[in-house]
Amino acid sequence: MDRRSFLATTTAGAAALSFPAILRAQSKDPLRIGCPLPLTGPFAALAADMQRGAQLAEEQLNAAGGVMGRKVEVLFRDDQLKPAVGAQRTKELIENDKAQFIVGGLAAHVQMAINEQTKKSKVLYISTSQSDEISAKPDTSPITFHEALNPTITSRVMGTWIAQNLGKKWWIIYADYAWGKQNNAVLTETLAKQGGTLLGTTPYPLGSAEFSAHLPKIQAARPDVLVNVAPGADNIALHKQVISFGMKKTMKMAQPLLWISYLKEGGPELYQDVYGAINWYWELQDSIPTAKKFVEASMKKFNLPPGDYGAYSYSGVLEVARGVELAKSTDADQVANALRKNPTYDHFKGKQWWRTCDNKSFQDLWIVKAKDKAKGDWGLMDIVAKVPANEEYDRTCKEKGLA
Amino acid sequence: MSALRAVADQVRAHPVLAFWIFFAVFPFIVPNRTMATQVLVFGLLAMGFNLLYGYTGLLSFGHAAYYGLGAYGCGIALAKLGVGSLWLGLGSGFLLAALGGAIIGFFCLRRRGIYFAMLTLAFAQMLYFIGFHLADVTGGDDGLRGIPQLALGLGPWHYSIENTLSFYYFAYVLVGLAVAALKRILDSPFGAVLQAIRENSSRAEACGYDVNRVKHLSFVFSACFAGLAGSLDALRLTLVPVESLYWTTSGQVVMMTLLGGAGTFFGPFVGAATFLVLEERLSLVLESWPLVIGAIFSAFVLFLPKGIWGTLTGGIHGRQSA
Amino acid sequence: MPELSTLLAQIFTGLVLGMIYILLAIGLSLIFGLMTVVNFAHGALFMLGAYFGVFLLTYTKSFWVALIVAPLMVGALGLLMERFLIRRLYGRSPDDPLLLTFGLSLILVEGVKVFWGKIGLTLDPPRALAGAVDLGFMAFPAYRLFLIAITIAVLIGLYFFLGRTNIGLIIRAGSRDPLMVRALGIDLGRVWLVVFGIGTALAGLAGILAGPMRGAYAEMGVTMVIESFVVIVVGGMGSLLGAVVAGLLIGQVVGLTTLFLPKAAEIMVFLVMAVVLLVRPSGLFGEAGLAE
Repeated sequence: MDRRSFLATTTAGAAALSFPAILRAQSKDPLRIGCPLPLTGPFAALAADMQRGAQLAEEQLNAAGGVMGRKVEVLFRDDQLKPAVGAQRTKELIENDKAQFIVGGLAAHVQMAINEQTKKSKVLYISTSQSDEISAKPDTSPITFHEALNPTITSRVMGTWIAQNLGKKWWIIYADYAWGKQNNAVLTETLAKQGGTLLGTTPYPLGSAEFSAHLPKIQAARPDVLVNVAPGADNIALHKQVISFGMKKTMKMAQPLLWISYLKEGGPELYQDVYGAINWYWELQDSIPTAKKFVEASMKKFNLPPGDYGAYSYSGVLEVARGVELAKSTDADQVANALRKNPTYDHFKGKQWWRTCDNKSFQDLWIVKAKDKAKGDWGLMDIVAKVPANEEYDRTCKEKGLA
Repeated sequence: MSALRAVADQVRAHPVLAFWIFFAVFPFIVPNRTMATQVLVFGLLAMGFNLLYGYTGLLSFGHAAYYGLGAYGCGIALAKLGVGSLWLGLGSGFLLAALGGAIIGFFCLRRRGIYFAMLTLAFAQMLYFIGFHLADVTGGDDGLRGIPQLALGLGPWHYSIENTLSFYYFAYVLVGLAVAALKRILDSPFGAVLQAIRENSSRAEACGYDVNRVKHLSFVFSACFAGLAGSLDALRLTLVPVESLYWTTSGQVVMMTLLGGAGTFFGPFVGAATFLVLEERLSLVLESWPLVIGAIFSAFVLFLPKGIWGTLTGGIHGRQSA
Repeated sequence: MPELSTLLAQIFTGLVLGMIYILLAIGLSLIFGLMTVVNFAHGALFMLGAYFGVFLLTYTKSFWVALIVAPLMVGALGLLMERFLIRRLYGRSPDDPLLLTFGLSLILVEGVKVFWGKIGLTLDPPRALAGAVDLGFMAFPAYRLFLIAITIAVLIGLYFFLGRTNIGLIIRAGSRDPLMVRALGIDLGRVWLVVFGIGTALAGLAGILAGPMRGAYAEMGVTMVIESFVVIVVGGMGSLLGAVVAGLLIGQVVGLTTLFLPKAAEIMVFLVMAVVLLVRPSGLFGEAGLAE
């Protein structure tokens, strides 16, 4: 082989090896939104719901001609509920796949790792995870947006409602980690404000399914309400054990968040008379037009109603699109400014808005309880009350360290 | 195939040189450039584990401890204590891991076999829960955030590690030095005793070697490599997740080493690259990708115990049967 | 200082936890004692016991049938595992079965999600056991009393099986001195199969017993396997008495630390293990040289 053909083949080979091919700058490049989610692991069901929500948004946007004429592509990656993996996948999304925006994160600790990467690379990030820190110093940034609720809001709202409707003598049992501790602190503070009494608190190790060690003590104290901050499988185990100890006869049960996935997994019998707050529930379609559209689209594509977390990701993707259209650019700062200048939106639940100083999304909440008997596969909740959005439910920007 | 074998033999003959050459161009020949640094870091971690398992014959199920200590040492120094120098940060991580290795090793080595493995796991889990609950120091389950990627400075000259490639080459130099150090260790009389201990510990003792001291030193060296890997990773991610100390991280290191080839020099790097690439590629196409990884790993244990690199190089250093 | 009734309540609940640990630990210990195999998949098999239980309950509508058949199904799976997978590793490094079973546990946990979905499943106790019994110092769930009773019954059965039958004798002899048993011309292969089957069936039983208390979800065995290892290491690998004593002990340790020192609850188990191992090398009842 002579030198020329050798060079030819090696350069061709090298070019072939540098896959993915370098994208030529095109004005009609797709708009890429990276979406890291815990597709494997204990919250896979919630992540699947979030994936469906994002896919619906993607489909809807493309059906309407895309964003600024560009096709929208949502790229899903598995963050395995691990911060290191979430960070690595986000890095890859930004550097390899050229994602211009990131929407996602379910677990609080993972979304912070994602946020570290997006801040570094100057990519706009809309977090769909429950966390107090993400919208406060030192984690937040002008390009970090928080779509989901946070412990302060949910516990203030739920705490106030419990004290006014279920009873003023509480016992709180909470998982001993950041989210659990935050909720516990806010619940305690809220109860005090409502003039109630905290009979005791019980931290328990996250992930341990054995509550029987704590229940006798709680039973003996005779609270009006047992408020629990137990996530995931812990929540199911707790309710099972509370029932088996006969505790529901003497006290009410409540928790800051009542996810539809709990009700699906545990069943109506387990969650009978359990109260909680939720950001959204599909049967709201009867009263909210955008909810109806959202539910119909989901039933048509997936034959499933969207869940509470799926709604977050749906909204997140649509907000990215709205921001890009407003700013006429994909630059993170410009889109961020555009969203702050035009903060109001309504994609699935009625009016929501971004607060200027911390990019926090304020939204209505509902107090719900489990239906006594399921209506079909997914008719699992009864709406008890609506709590309209109010910036007073969250910490002030000053309290968050932002002017 | 024989060409491959010839290359493998050359690499085995000059491992350190092979490392410098191959990894110099590595980011340009792989499709996923951001993963290149991850391969270096986990390769180093697996290399440290391999020193203890593949060469000394001691299976540790708690190597996450030293990786985590290295990461937290570096992270706390840079983020919480505000130490202004990158080297001091790295050094803190390294030293903390070495100290951890010395202390934990001392306790674990009092027992052998499966008891040794369980003790290493116990200590690592203890560190995990301590890290989880000491939230003021470690950030708790939210992780330690805000680690600055300080620039390297020498007078007027500055090298920034903020860019993916520039970080890669920074890690490349450090890992390369570690690889050279490992070669030195293995080639020394100490290295020979290590392998003698793996083959037959009682016989080594009968030959007059202070087996306990050698094992302990091997443990400490192994922890040092793991700690350096941890420090580098803390800088790479600008955060230290508490899962760094969890037993699943230890399990991953074991899998990587086995996939690559325990007891071989490059097995750990090959294994780390294979595992990371598999994980990334599979998770794109298959939601039950952990099942595939578990199946591949199990298949290796059953049919390819020497691992990829071990099988390729004829497995001279492969794990011997009991 | 909590009152006596709270303390007693805690001890009783620790007892229940101890029972689950005992079932798991005995299985692990039998397998290790005879075959020197460390079965990392034990947690996954525990989880399968719960899942098979849900499956059987859905089809037969009888908890009692599920209680008997689910462990048998897990045991059958264990037999297959031993015969076709683990047996290939005999004669190789003693670490290899641990590594293989680690890989198998990954397959099983993920496999369950493929078949049964990602959301966990509910397993309800039978109506007869749904209430609580007044023990004076507390109202104790009837189901948990049942669990204690069943475990004791199984332990008695095992005692007679191992102590009074021929195969039991071989198993005990084989744990003590496998070489000698082989030298006596006994085909250990068949015995291994039986032991692995029994050990894994016990894990499955523990799973279906735990299911009504916690629900069935894919990750439920993940921490249990580590805690079970702690139990057999504390009790002494290969010792069944050790498994029982250590199971009860660790159950109490977990229960009481949760009451007095909640923050230290997770670490306590490992601290106990580390202390026991450093002070008493082969565990409380283990025999020296068995695992080294």
